[in-house]
Amino acid sequence: MANVLVVTSGKGGVGKTTSTAALGAALAQAGEKVVVIDFDVGLRNLDLVMGAERRVVFDLINVVQGVAKLQQALIRDKRLENLWLLPASQTRDKDALTDEGVGRVIAELRTKFDWILCDSPAGIERGAMLAMRYADQAVIVTNPEVSSVRDSDRIIGMLDSKTVKAEQGERVIKHILITRFDPARAARGEMLSIDDILEILATPLLGIIPESQDVLRASNVGSPVTLNNVASAPARAYTDAVRRLMGETVDMVVPTERRGLMNRLLGRRAA
Amino acid sequence: MSMNLLRLFSGSKATAPVARERLQILLAHERGLRGQPDLLATLREEILAVVSKHIQLDPDKVTVKLDRGPAVSTLEVDIEVPNDFEKTKALAERRAGAA
Ligand SMILES: Nc1ncnc2c1ncn2[C@@H]1O[C@H](COP(=O)(O)OP(=O)(O)O)[C@@H](O)[C@H]1O
Ligand SMILES: [Mg+2]
Repeated sequence: MANVLVVTSGKGGVGKTTSTAALGAALAQAGEKVVVIDFDVGLRNLDLVMGAERRVVFDLINVVQGVAKLQQALIRDKRLENLWLLPASQTRDKDALTDEGVGRVIAELRTKFDWILCDSPAGIERGAMLAMRYADQAVIVTNPEVSSVRDSDRIIGMLDSKTVKAEQGERVIKHILITRFDPARAARGEMLSIDDILEILATPLLGIIPESQDVLRASNVGSPVTLNNVASAPARAYTDAVRRLMGETVDMVVPTERRGLMNRLLGRRAA
Repeated sequence: MSMNLLRLFSGSKATAPVARERLQILLAHERGLRGQPDLLATLREEILAVVSKHIQLDPDKVTVKLDRGPAVSTLEVDIEVPNDFEKTKALAERRAGAA
């Protein structure tokens, strides 16, 4: 049975695209057949984070409009053979995506993949609505910060009302993924605590991804962080999140301030 | 110098140059695209149009691959043509000629 999972947030810049690539790659590493879809029409970035930007020929809108077949638009990852990307269009009009067209594409992908990960655009408009429309599950990416938590709350409201699941009287399974968590600032009480966030949003926690230089390095070279540096703290946190998605029980690791030798010698804080 | 030493000790390679190169290639292409048609897209469409004049194109049997490089890009159009194509075509032409 295929799983359609939307990675969403309301707020921009919280880590949706980073998380879509990292979770997608980690699922593929676990042997699942995965496609990641960029719904950010006009501002695509998932191709860059995945390192496939030079290979985009057709996109989601071409498929929705029948200009290209699904197989022609899907780009296979060069490192993981069971990971695929369906890119967004960079130039065309957002309104070219229709509810019915997206539904058709998702239905076809369901017959071919175990996991269909939809990278949502920011906002609560049409684009974000279409990205979540056919979801079975949602990962709500949240930063420990008031405006992000507020936007997550609005998105939860949309997931409970505007999705096909909701209209059928069922529920989209929701998970909170806290990203860009800075242990040093948390220790100083400068960030909302994880308990506060979970209490406010009343939604189960999927994982806590620390703020890390490894994420920037991975995006520089165009590789999901779970592939680029498997042993890094964010990669381990994403991999644990994927094990939870796949039904395993994994202890939750709250990132703590960790100083490497070099950083200690230099009196710097770990990234 | 001190940054390089730091890198040496911390065992990490600079990734920013890779990022710069990737962006240069991508943006050169995307800027060129604004306001004018994409050459590779035009080539792709015209190649497929020419081919479909001669054979019935099965969209499932056509793969188009692209790799944009700094100096040159490659467009790879892979079309599966059935083996009995020549025979069927000759037959059709003979029939058309006879009519
Ligand atoms: N855990 C993290 N540590 C450090 N930087 C991060 C982390 N997650 C995301 N980022 C950075 O934050 C920025 C926004 O991330 P992105 O995934 O594009 O967000 P969104 O898709 O929600 O707009 C990017 O520059 C990305 O590299
Ligand atoms: Mg994004």
